[in-house]
Amino acid sequence: MEKSELKAKAQEFRKEIIDMLFASKSGHPGGSLSCVELISAVYNKMKIDPKNPNWEERDRFVLSKGHAAPTLYCVLADYGYFPKEDLINLRQITSHLQGHPDNKKTPGVDMCTGSLGQGISSATGMALGAKYAKKDYKVYTVLGDGELQEGLVWEASMAAAHYKLDNLTVIIDNNGLQIDGSNDKVMSLGNLRAKFDAFGYKTFVVDGHDFDEINAALDAEVKGCPKCIIAKTVKGKGVSFMEDNFGWHGKVIGPDDYKAAMAELEVK
Amino acid sequence: MAEMKAQRNAYGEALAELAEERKDIVVMDADLAHATMTSIFADKYPDRFFNAGIAEQNLMGMACGMARTGLTVFASTFAMFGAGRAYEIVRNAVCYSKSNVKIALSHSGLCVGEDGGSHQCLEDIALMRILPGMKVIVPCDWVEVKKAVRAAAAVDGPVYLRIARPPVPAITDESTPFEIGKANVLRDGKDVAIITCGLIAHEALKAADILKEQGVDAAVINMHTIKPLDTEIIMKYAHKCGKIVTAEEHLLAGGLGSAVAEAIIGKANPKFAMVGVNDTFGRSGKPDELFAAFGIDSKAIVEKCKSLL
Repeated sequence: MEKSELKAKAQEFRKEIIDMLFASKSGHPGGSLSCVELISAVYNKMKIDPKNPNWEERDRFVLSKGHAAPTLYCVLADYGYFPKEDLINLRQITSHLQGHPDNKKTPGVDMCTGSLGQGISSATGMALGAKYAKKDYKVYTVLGDGELQEGLVWEASMAAAHYKLDNLTVIIDNNGLQIDGSNDKVMSLGNLRAKFDAFGYKTFVVDGHDFDEINAALDAEVKGCPKCIIAKTVKGKGVSFMEDNFGWHGKVIGPDDYKAAMAELEVK
Repeated sequence: MAEMKAQRNAYGEALAELAEERKDIVVMDADLAHATMTSIFADKYPDRFFNAGIAEQNLMGMACGMARTGLTVFASTFAMFGAGRAYEIVRNAVCYSKSNVKIALSHSGLCVGEDGGSHQCLEDIALMRILPGMKVIVPCDWVEVKKAVRAAAAVDGPVYLRIARPPVPAITDESTPFEIGKANVLRDGKDVAIITCGLIAHEALKAADILKEQGVDAAVINMHTIKPLDTEIIMKYAHKCGKIVTAEEHLLAGGLGSAVAEAIIGKANPKFAMVGVNDTFGRSGKPDELFAAFGIDSKAIVEKCKSLL
């Protein structure tokens, strides 16, 4: 997909996310909107066959920040893993689209996630499994920045470097905010680039809403160690009143919010 | 009586034996391979062994990821850390995703011995059996461990295997049947049925001997699978003996005794009593001393049986 098409799709995904979250009267707008470009750029690179979701040779994607499930679902529907009409039933009892990703229910979902820190750990295991089986598929995982406060993230990172998993790409949706406020207020993350480098990654820092920068980092050749992409993003990106506002982490979208958000997204 | 051997040694041997025919099996540990005895497998198949380091949550998370690439993964550490520290990862990564991970945890129960209460996991059966989709096996001796490893590997999905540390004599042999979910009658009897699992099966047999001398005919049932539970045999002996005593190396809350109680309530009404550790942590000591001190040895089982007569 070309950049112009990716950008147009990203805009469509944002509208779908707002639609889904408004309909479900629950969910996580802020962190879903911040990783739209990241997830769509990764899928644009992935070797997949939506008609055969369990194709053994496929690249794997693990949404470690599982609360951004709406974004993943929009992308999966766009690739045809399931009908787009399913999206509006997000979080409903009859729907296969769970509040957090579930590999048992949704075609294309590679791993149950949502318990923070667990996704990167499982993604590391998948990458290790690929190395063991001498398969050349890649594993991608997207984490939130607040998630980096989980000790398990660093256990997994240590293992990813130890096992030289250059088939693993760890992407940080670095929007700076978490439920209780900014990362800096809740629990400072310090120098993330230095931390990931020290743990043995080859680390890239990009603008997480710029497809050129994301693509360049995804394409960069890395041998003998895992790759980390720290993507600087804006929580709530694309909806002015949600942008950079931690209050919109898990807030219900009311009718007025919905109208205002959609009006903005239609214009752009 | 058969050869003395620790369950954990049999576990490592069983993995190494099974690996030849089951190329899909890999083994993971968390820096305790020389204690869980996965080292026996690692020595023979170094390319199929993966250490997570002292990081039990990541052990379980990675095991799940590896399993999702089509492997059958045995993940081992001590019961305290695999069932305790990593619990939520076992729940959300392994069970919720229905991944093919066998969680085989050694150093369970009081028989850990001298390391003391911090390392004596008396909660693991409760924690593991309440997880949807998890099968729970508590072998009674090293012979049964070997069969349990094979049976667990044949299951597609999560299985918990509780493995003990010290060498103890075998009470079963090669000819004893082993089927997940089907208990074995170690000794038939008509007056009281002792339902037991793990190393306490040995104590239950000793208790039955003592009771015999006192004119009490006790049955001993080895409930090696806690989940799925063999309710049929429980019902049979509830009716046959009218008295059931459960005996286990676990807290009274949530273990085998609780599972049996859940099975009979509303369906049968035998006199019922439980032998187990009563709402307390363990302490340092030798396994036999601890079994006596915490009231889960043959003497305690005898007393509990007689209290129902």
